[in-house]
Amino acid sequence: MNRRMIIAMLGKMLCLEGLLLLFPVLIALLYQEREGVVYAGCALGLSLFGWVLNRIPMKHTRMYAREGFLIVALSWITFSVFGALPFWFSGEIPSYVDAFFEIVSGFTTTGSSILTDVEALSHTALFWRSFSHWVGGMGILVLMVAFLRNAKGNTLHILKAEMPGPVVGKLVSKVNVTARILYYLYLFLTCLEVLLLVLGGMPLFDSLLNAFATAGTGGFAIKNASIAYYQSAYLEGVITVFMFLFGINFNLIYFFLLGKFKAALQSQELRWYAGIVLGATVLITFNILDLYSSLWEALRYALFQVVSIITTTGFVTADYGLWPLFSQTILIMLMFIGACAGSTGGGIKVSRILLYLKSARRNIRRQLHPNTVVSMNMDGRPVNNGVMQAAYAYLVFYLIIFAGSLLIVTLDNMDFTSSFSAVATTLNNVGPALHVAGPVGNFSSFSDLSKIVMSFDMLAGRLEIFPLILLFSYSTWKK
Amino acid sequence: MKILIVGLGKVGQLLCAYLSAEGHDIVGIDPIEQKVDEVVERNDIFGICGNGANCDVLREAGVEDADVLLAVTSSDELNILSGLIAKRLGVRYTIARVRNPDYYTQLRFLREELGFNMILNPEAEAANEIVRSILFPSAMKVNTFARGRVEIAEVKVTKNNRLAGIQLSDLYQISRSNILICAIKRGEQVYIPNGQFILEQGDHAYLTGSHKELVSFCAYTHLSKKQKKKVMIIGGSKIAYFLAKQLLDQKYSVKIIEQNETRCIELAQRLPQASIIHANGSDESVLEDERVDEMDVVVTLTGIDEENMIVSLLCKNMNAKKAIAKVNNLRFTDMVDHMDIDGVISPKRIAANQILAYVRAKSNKDEDSAVRTLYKLVNEHVEALEFMATDNFRGKKTSLALLPVKKDILVAAILRGRQVIVPKGNDQILSGDRVIVVTQRKTIRDLNDILED
Repeated sequence: MNRRMIIAMLGKMLCLEGLLLLFPVLIALLYQEREGVVYAGCALGLSLFGWVLNRIPMKHTRMYAREGFLIVALSWITFSVFGALPFWFSGEIPSYVDAFFEIVSGFTTTGSSILTDVEALSHTALFWRSFSHWVGGMGILVLMVAFLRNAKGNTLHILKAEMPGPVVGKLVSKVNVTARILYYLYLFLTCLEVLLLVLGGMPLFDSLLNAFATAGTGGFAIKNASIAYYQSAYLEGVITVFMFLFGINFNLIYFFLLGKFKAALQSQELRWYAGIVLGATVLITFNILDLYSSLWEALRYALFQVVSIITTTGFVTADYGLWPLFSQTILIMLMFIGACAGSTGGGIKVSRILLYLKSARRNIRRQLHPNTVVSMNMDGRPVNNGVMQAAYAYLVFYLIIFAGSLLIVTLDNMDFTSSFSAVATTLNNVGPALHVAGPVGNFSSFSDLSKIVMSFDMLAGRLEIFPLILLFSYSTWKK
Repeated sequence: MKILIVGLGKVGQLLCAYLSAEGHDIVGIDPIEQKVDEVVERNDIFGICGNGANCDVLREAGVEDADVLLAVTSSDELNILSGLIAKRLGVRYTIARVRNPDYYTQLRFLREELGFNMILNPEAEAANEIVRSILFPSAMKVNTFARGRVEIAEVKVTKNNRLAGIQLSDLYQISRSNILICAIKRGEQVYIPNGQFILEQGDHAYLTGSHKELVSFCAYTHLSKKQKKKVMIIGGSKIAYFLAKQLLDQKYSVKIIEQNETRCIELAQRLPQASIIHANGSDESVLEDERVDEMDVVVTLTGIDEENMIVSLLCKNMNAKKAIAKVNNLRFTDMVDHMDIDGVISPKRIAANQILAYVRAKSNKDEDSAVRTLYKLVNEHVEALEFMATDNFRGKKTSLALLPVKKDILVAAILRGRQVIVPKGNDQILSGDRVIVVTQRKTIRDLNDILED
């Protein structure tokens, strides 16, 4: 294994983080806030440290699958460990574990918060929190691959490890051009959303931060009441549409922009994704009809909440803790399903669910006709056996991690709904849970141990488990 | 440049690796998914699983805005079909590998009527390469350009060869061969010579000419010691035929050992001067009977790499002077360096290198000039530019001796159809010819630029 290259790469990541920290410094200058000094200090410190690490001489720069996975896992951990420092040093989040949880929640685009009063934070801290969603959404290493000349060799491993979904396809023949196209697309959609929000009367600062949280499908609110604070159907509509868009595979959006509508619309995953959203919205609307004055109002809240949960954003316009159990259960199920592969969303992903369903159907047919040969297709192409196996392996590890985390979190002795939904919401990168950490609550009452376990869950969910599991596996490190 | 590679076999994989490392946009197409995955895993390219002669597959690969299509599957027919379809769909250059001599003899038709830019026959190229390594002294570096039809050789002028002190206009009398010295490197200085130039000891001369002329040049100037050499070829493959034919032209004695009787008869009919032996070439007693110990060179050309290597070692053991083995598996070639084998020929690598040279030449050139292809010679000090002579060329149908060509510019070769003309004073440039001009100036953008105003 090429340890030196991994360290040098981590050095580069720290420099990148230092660079990203300059954005909140700008905000601090704009709002004349003293916290800016801490952020500037951190930026300088990280850059220097990263620069020193990057000076380590390398023997060779070949990158194999193992290095790719390790770099991804370690980069995310380093990014979080150091990204928490400004919160902690500025004293706005006094406990380091809390600060770590908060920034992990940011980078992994979860949006779970330990803060009891978000509005008390400085603009600088609010910006860094939401900005971390935007950076983490498309991926920090994808950013690196896109815009920095880095190690020779194949960086596809990195892209594969960081991009969610069972199959990662390139858009064009070069990895770095692919990454650049993705980022430009991401930037374009974000800017469009900011524009539409500002037109709807939202202050520019709020629009920017809410757009960051939507784009990364993160869901950090900058008001205690989340999006409900704005009380505007137009703004909710804009955010709903963009949450839905950011939950779609970016390759499809790219095809759409290229004018290949037919190819994009024929995607089975997209159809199922839209179908699930539609079905869940209808069911919930009729279930909560009694709570609201009109069908229109019920539909508005149901649609927003369904899209917010399935894309794993986690914005809130209504306290769904007060909804009937049936609706809450649907929302919990949506958490597990998650968004499309290749989007910024989390969860198991619609395409994997589809694979499981198809495979199950195939197995039933096999039971009836033991010698039958059934080929499994996805979008008209046969599904590779390796892909199917990886999807099953993913599910196994997913369940193991879920069960293990749940066991540790229940040590806090809260009620089952809170514990179960808290683990589900963090592992799926959604944000709000039920009861204690529900739409109007937060994660501050969990113990430090639970917070660390849930931070791990968030990272595992964002990186789709394997990079993190490999980090802890003996065979990765042995010579 | 955007390059589509149809067929990800050994040649395709080599091309993917080299071309993607040089920064081109590569799309690889192969019907076998496993191969596509393997290549995409190793290189920064885009892979498509499908038939390379299917329009939809080619469209998906983005053939409309692609610059080059390389058809290198194992099937000649598929390569030709894929090239034809791609050309119709708008690709700029098509290169196909065609190995069957049946098609290869229709080279000109394929090129001129069907629009292929390059047709490659790895077997024939491999034979050329072996001939070069037998005939030329090892100190001489030989490269090919203009699709392999013009060779350029670097020769050092020493006391031993007859070149020192010779004025270039007298060269023909000594060498009796139609070659041209297109550049001379003296110390750090590079000259584009004219007829009055006199060669000195220690110069590096760059010769251009066709393969055949270059071979006879070497013979006459004692660059290679001309004597009746004995060559034994084990395995009567296509390469063996091409090789034997060339060696017989140079009056070498050639012995071919082949196991298959019908093939033996076929070879005997086509190569009457060679002695064809119907026997197993890996049998030690056969080799002994055929006096392998008297051979100057043994070339092993059976279809099996391992057999070629082992038999070569065996022949060296039995006191053959030099052994050359055909080894197609690229993983073996490094290993052979440690063995007592004098040379390795890999037709696949040769094919890949030729395509690479062509693609590099195409990507070097400036988009808006009339330059068709650009080659860099003498450590990039000198450029060889290929132009198409059109009706606009002011000097057409005028003898070269009368053309007011600028200083430091040399017309190195004229390609007229399949013919390679090394120009002399009374040759003319006709419309439709491809002209290769050697120059140190970087300002030549059109064929008219070579003339004085």
